[in-house]
Amino acid sequence: MSEKKQNLAYIIGASSMGTLIEWYDFYIFGSLATVIATKFFPADNPTAAFLSTLATFAAGFVVRPFGALFFGRLGDIIGRKYTFMVTLVLMGGATFLIGCIPSYESIGFLAPLLVLVLRLLQGLALGGEYGGAATYVAEHSPANRRGFWTSWIQTTATVGLFVSLLVIMVTRNTMGVEKFNDWGWRIPFWVSLIMVFVSFLIRQNMHESPLFAKAKAEGKTSTNPLKESFGNRYNFKFVLLALFGATMGQGVVWYTGQFYALSFLQKICNVEDNQVNIIIAFGLLLGTPFFVVFGALSDKIGRKGIMLAGMLLAIICYRPIFEKMYQTTNLKNKEEIVANTKVDVVRAITPKSATDSLITTTTLKEFTDGTQYKEVKKLMLLADASKKAPEPDIKRATTLNSSDRNVLILMVFILLLFVTMAYGPIAAFLVELFPIRIRYSSMSLPYHIGNGVFGGLMPAVATFLATRAKEANEAAEKAGQAVVNTQPYLEGLWYPILIGAVCFVIGLLYIKENKNAND
Amino acid sequence: MNAIRRTLGLVWIAIGLGAGYYLFVNQAMPMWVKGGNDTVPAIIYTFILAPIIVGGMSILGYYALTGEYDQEHDSDN
Repeated sequence: MSEKKQNLAYIIGASSMGTLIEWYDFYIFGSLATVIATKFFPADNPTAAFLSTLATFAAGFVVRPFGALFFGRLGDIIGRKYTFMVTLVLMGGATFLIGCIPSYESIGFLAPLLVLVLRLLQGLALGGEYGGAATYVAEHSPANRRGFWTSWIQTTATVGLFVSLLVIMVTRNTMGVEKFNDWGWRIPFWVSLIMVFVSFLIRQNMHESPLFAKAKAEGKTSTNPLKESFGNRYNFKFVLLALFGATMGQGVVWYTGQFYALSFLQKICNVEDNQVNIIIAFGLLLGTPFFVVFGALSDKIGRKGIMLAGMLLAIICYRPIFEKMYQTTNLKNKEEIVANTKVDVVRAITPKSATDSLITTTTLKEFTDGTQYKEVKKLMLLADASKKAPEPDIKRATTLNSSDRNVLILMVFILLLFVTMAYGPIAAFLVELFPIRIRYSSMSLPYHIGNGVFGGLMPAVATFLATRAKEANEAAEKAGQAVVNTQPYLEGLWYPILIGAVCFVIGLLYIKENKNAND
Repeated sequence: MNAIRRTLGLVWIAIGLGAGYYLFVNQAMPMWVKGGNDTVPAIIYTFILAPIIVGGMSILGYYALTGEYDQEHDSDN
């Protein structure tokens, strides 16, 4: 390997490491949302619950695009290197501090307020990081290998998610669930500081992007990149094209392939939590190398074709794939061993009342193919019959046999292949769409609106569509009519399918293959 | 192909306006009415998402309509 190539590998490695850590930091919060909620956002307190909603939505929807504008401007004026070092420190500091905040019980409202502020800083930092890293790597890469080298940056979001799940799993298993829920959940936040420190030291020794340094030396950098990017009709039309013809579709494909698949297995298919994590983890492991494969392929055959093919395949295959996942876990398709069914009923006085009763019914079922099913139903019986008892709380968990589990891993892997096709070449594509002087600003905003806003909305909109379909069916059943939707569990997929379809047509018609442009 | 690119500009404008209407009337309005925690997503739908979709798609459609996205050769893909 030549010295130049080794140097490039070091630059890509160091840049990717920092971006990976930023994604890790961002996902840690989401992955630990349940524990964080109990510590900082008590559900019975409306103000705290409001702050929780704000922290969840605002970080992704508002602050990420704002971070893209703020740091994009800085990156185009003072340089890529310093800007993405600031975002790294900001993200690492905010993450570490979230792990240090005393609980709501100790300091009251200050706790959720501090969490909110730090979460917003995380969103701000993430908004600035990706564009900087992608631009920095792209401007170091030879034009004919740009897709390959920038694809390493593209792996970081998925690997960051994987590492966050891994750190949480290891910490929880090492400490035990009780200690972890008590204070151990803070460790994954503290771990971030060490990783950020190492990454900061590495990045500190790196040089400014050669293309930006040259442009700056020649006085060709922009003095007002935001005005040039979004106030200039010629550039703005490409910003819109990047958003509606590429990143919007990529965002929904990314979220559907990873987060929605996870949520679908957990909430709709009722697969046991640990098994879902294993399925997703294996799917991610198998799929991640394909970011690089498709990034490299885009250097040979172009970016546009691969990205749009990924979107098209996703649009066509989503319903059959999710249907296969549903039917693989559907207990109606399995033969129950009735003799092995166990039902255990425990009646106890509720902790909050001396008169009300809590009936816990635990049902265990076994099936001929080795699948096991556990249902825990908690029913409250109120002593005062005039009061309305709360709805029973039912938790279902299906543990699949290894063959069905492998089928689900294959399905998640296929979903991830679509993600790698749509996402692998997109950093190179975005970089090449805009000139050096406004690149950081111009590419960051459409990326974070497409990925953060359109992609981030996926869970909320999908849940809304699925719930509406279920309610329509229930209403029809009550009225004695035929059900409206025969597959209500697939209704949520209309969101990524429609967004992806619009994006595909816009991309197909209006995007020009721009491989190696704007060098 | 350029004729199709231009004509579809109208479709993008229509989609932008339709999606904005749907977002505001079907999604944001019930949240505004409900209040409480739903105010946050209502604000995001009304002041962030709807303007991005309506404004963005309409401008994209207008640009397409006026030939900004025309390509010199129709095989230019």
